[in-house]
Amino acid sequence: MKKERYELNKNLAQMLKGGVIMDVSTPEQARIAEAAGAAAVMALERIPADIRAVGGVSRMSDPKMIKGIQETVSIPVMAKARIGHFVEAQILEALEIDYIDESEVLSPADDKYHVDKTKFKVPFVCGAKDLGEALRRISEGASMIRTKGEPGTGDVIQAVRHMRTMTSEIRRIQNLREDELFNAAKELQVPFDLLKYVHENGKLPVVNFAAGGVATPADAALMMQLGAEGVFVGSGIFKSGDPVKRAQAIVKAVTNYNDPKIIAEISADLGEAMVGINESEIQLLMSERGK
Amino acid sequence: MRIGILALQGGFAEHAQILQSLNIQSFEIRKKEDLSQPMNGLILPGGESTTIGKLLKDLDMFDELKSIIEKGMPVFGTCAGMILLAKEIDGKSVAHFSAIDIRVKRNAYGRQLGSFFVEAEFKGIGTIPMTFIRAPYIESAGANVEILSVVDNNIVAAKENNVLVTSYHPELTHDNSIHKYFVDTFIK
Repeated sequence: MKKERYELNKNLAQMLKGGVIMDVSTPEQARIAEAAGAAAVMALERIPADIRAVGGVSRMSDPKMIKGIQETVSIPVMAKARIGHFVEAQILEALEIDYIDESEVLSPADDKYHVDKTKFKVPFVCGAKDLGEALRRISEGASMIRTKGEPGTGDVIQAVRHMRTMTSEIRRIQNLREDELFNAAKELQVPFDLLKYVHENGKLPVVNFAAGGVATPADAALMMQLGAEGVFVGSGIFKSGDPVKRAQAIVKAVTNYNDPKIIAEISADLGEAMVGINESEIQLLMSERGK
Repeated sequence: MRIGILALQGGFAEHAQILQSLNIQSFEIRKKEDLSQPMNGLILPGGESTTIGKLLKDLDMFDELKSIIEKGMPVFGTCAGMILLAKEIDGKSVAHFSAIDIRVKRNAYGRQLGSFFVEAEFKGIGTIPMTFIRAPYIESAGANVEILSVVDNNIVAAKENNVLVTSYHPELTHDNSIHKYFVDTFIK
């Protein structure tokens, strides 16, 4: 991948900032998401809550379904490939997808190697639960990062933990002496130049969103106040009582995350939130996939 | 001097950074009350025009912002910002602010694979870096619109009265000449 293409791919993520990216499984849902103000949609056959419920191996979505969604909306369309499954990624690139999510939500195809994302022209977003994972994914070519959280649970605790871990590690790196960075790079198992960027700039070299367990406008605003630059909402919208209203409310909460008065207003009368599963009740920890 | 940057969604922080490099103050516009702050100019950033357009309505900011622009506030729109300012949008029956007499085509270069970088001419400034991200271009422009950049036979920058638009993102490059041009030509 040429450096120029990588810059353009990072640039697209910059344009998504302050936005909400919504999981959708049909063209109709995509239309609803776009009309509600989504900055992009993630096309996948089953949303994470259903993947948990159904079990079994979950894979890249049917290209026909992805194309249907691409034809329906004008906002960017993302889709998921299994961790390490570079052929699924090649297929998504052939579909001219706007962003590939190499995602722990799907069953990993490789327990050791991630996709070499530098070999692709289309951009990749990857999940991370700490600074080390984030910088390793970036060194493999990811042009956007999101917290892993715990998808399909409606429980925000893990997204909070991952975002806090990442931002506190960034602050620690910022405060190191320059001659201490070499050892820090060794300990975190990350390339030195990426760590030096974090040291000098106090942030990741790419845009960082929150994902995994966001179910309410308050959850979304919480992640923004903790330092997320935007939010992915998976099961939280279409597993709720009134998807349209909830989607619109979450979009507004991400824009005005610092204004409790507005968030109070839009949180009223949203209907049933997704039921959710508590952290302690989870059988399958997706965030442990792909480190 | 103080410039307001619409900060509902998208690349607004990048505009603030570029203005800072020119020692110009800016502030974010996220809700209706922010519109009553004193401002000398306005920037509509890149992002998703459907998202920003929807939020303008939902947060009850659209009418007031439209009247501010109609009263002559200098305004600069990049990418999605250009779509918001255009009088006509290809494939859509309604436009947003209708502040400049151009017809724009959204996602005119296709999906992300069609995004590109080029160095090209901006009238009166010279060759500058231009970053196009799922960009629109101007299909046609009215008689009073001055065309400022053309890339591959498509119009990608223009101005009319108090309105400046670019298909591309000067805020994503290290070149602050378009922002300087906006301030010098439209505000000072």
